[in-house]
Order: sequence, then structure tokens, then C-alpha cells
Amino acid sequence: MSEATIPPGTQAPVFYETDEHHHDAGGSTMLGFWLYLMSDCLIFAMLFAAYGVYGGSYAGGPQPHEIFELPLVALNTSMLLLSSITYGFAMLAMNDGKVRAVQGWLAITGLFGLAFLSIELYEFSTLIQEGAGPQRSAFLSSFFTLVGTHGLHVTFGIIWLVTLMVQVGRKGLIAANQRRLQCLSLFWHFLDVIWIGVFTFVYLLGVLR
Amino acid sequence: MSADTHHDHGHAPGAHGHDPHDNAHGHGHSSEGAHGSRKDYLIGFVLSVILTAIPFGLVMSGVIADPRITAGIIMVFALVQIVVHMIYFLHMNAKSEQGWTLMALIFTIIVLTICLAGSMWVMYHMNLNMMPNMGGDASAM
Repeated sequence: MSEATIPPGTQAPVFYETDEHHHDAGGSTMLGFWLYLMSDCLIFAMLFAAYGVYGGSYAGGPQPHEIFELPLVALNTSMLLLSSITYGFAMLAMNDGKVRAVQGWLAITGLFGLAFLSIELYEFSTLIQEGAGPQRSAFLSSFFTLVGTHGLHVTFGIIWLVTLMVQVGRKGLIAANQRRLQCLSLFWHFLDVIWIGVFTFVYLLGVLR
Repeated sequence: MSADTHHDHGHAPGAHGHDPHDNAHGHGHSSEGAHGSRKDYLIGFVLSVILTAIPFGLVMSGVIADPRITAGIIMVFALVQIVVHMIYFLHMNAKSEQGWTLMALIFTIIVLTICLAGSMWVMYHMNLNMMPNMGGDASAM
């Protein structure tokens, strides 16, 4: 029985496996990137938990409603939201195969991202000048860690975005670049989802407290 | 780099050359389905603007006298907006990657809920139990 089945049986499946493996190279990237985003989500969950625990420990220092400027936060939020929709337009241009349009929308997205970062850095520098720096209290430490980590993500997102603009310019909308653009799309929209949590739980609830 | 050039040679027009290959396999459909339409993005954007503007308006104007009711409302708005972003911007659905993205998301939400609720619960009770002693120390300082 074993004599009859082994020689032909072991040969045949090898070809199917290699074929499937070749195809999955692109397909599994999106799932893998999604899993990375989920683990990133847990990092932010822990930072939110830290803020939730320390958010009321002012150590006699400034309280949220004294230092948070909601008009500035609203402006910041709109910058990030606008960058989300312009990234969406870049993806639509990618589906149509328009290289120039993709680069244009990516550039606009990057500018909105830079505007967001500038406003956030302005806010941080104002807070530190007012004596509400991260060393002041546990509340401010956890605030700077949470919002700063989000800002760092946006910074790396912009670096990635510029890299992709150059790559799309040099190689066009090849399959690999399309996959990269899709990954950055997930990353960019994911950062906007995190920001919903930040402006609701940190800024709005902080001012209400 | 070498992989890119290899692809470039294989399918000169890039996107269009690759599509039939993907569809023939059936696997490629999941990544194809991850794109949203212009309508999806616009619906998502309009909903997000509304769902962002209302909480900011409520808090900045202070229409509702009781801050606890306002807090409850804006938290509901945040949850709804997160779902809107997931559907219209991140294109979540039960079918993408044979349902594995949704599975990963549900798992993450479970872990996230346990960690967040657990941390808050434990620390709240610890604060409650420690308060008398800590308070005494603080006043003595």
C-alpha cells in the first residue's frame, strides 16, 4: 500500500502549494498590517487606561478646563478629518490609475497632517510655557504620553506618505505600490479613529470634569 | 527593489494587467473589495463632521446643565463615529480576508475592554480603599 501511494502522492501537492504561496504574498500583507494595527490599538488602549487612572491626579497643578482650548482642538480635529477624506480621494484616484491625481491628493493629505502636527506642537509649547509640562502632575504626564504618541504616529505617517509619493512617481501605480498605499490608508484612517477617542475622552470629558 | 522591477516587467500597465489574474484566483477579491467608492467616502465624511460637531457644540456651548448627561451623550457620539470610520474609511466588513480582519477586531475589542474596564475598576477601588490613610499622610505633610 505504501509502495503504491508514496512516490506519486508526494510529488503532486508541491506544485499547488508553491502556486498558492506565490499569490498570497500580496494578499496576506493586508491582513498582517491589520494585525499590526490591532496591536497598535492595544498600545493606545493602555495609554488611555493610564490617562483614565491618572487623569484626576492634578497634584495641585492645573486642571483640564483651565488649560485645554477647545477651539484649537476643534481646528485640529477638522484638519485630521479633512486629511482622512483627501486620503480617500487619493485611493479613488489610485483605482482609476491616475498617477498625478494620487500624488496631488497625497500631497494635500500630507499638508493637512503637517497642519495637525503644527497645531499640536503649538499647543504643547504653550502648555509647557504655562508651567503645565509633563513633569507637573500625573495627569499631565499621561496626557502628554497619550497625545504625544498619537502625534508621533502622525509624524511617521507623513514620512511614509512622502516616501510613497516618491515611489509612485518613480515606478508608477504597480501592484506593490498599490498595496503600500492601501496599508498607509488603513494606518491613516486608524489614526483618525484613535483621535476620536482622544478628543472625546481627553479634551471634551476633561473640560466637563 | 528587485521585486518591484520584476512586477513592472511582468505587467507593464500595473493595475490593469494584474486584475484578471487576481479575479481568476478568487483570493484577490478580498483585497479588491477593500476599496470604497466615492459615495462611501463622502457619506463617511459628512457623518463624521456631524458626529464631531455636535459633541464639540454641546461642550463648548454648555447647553445641557448636567455635565454627566453631556458626558454620556458625547461618549455615545464617539462610539458611533468610530463605527462610521470603521465602515466607511477602513472598509470593515465580515467578508474581507475571509472574515479574519473582523475576528482580529473583535478579539482586540474584547482585550481592550477587559484592560480598560479592569484598570479603571481596580484603580478606582484601590483609591477608595487607600484614601483615608493617604489623605492622613498628605495632610500631615
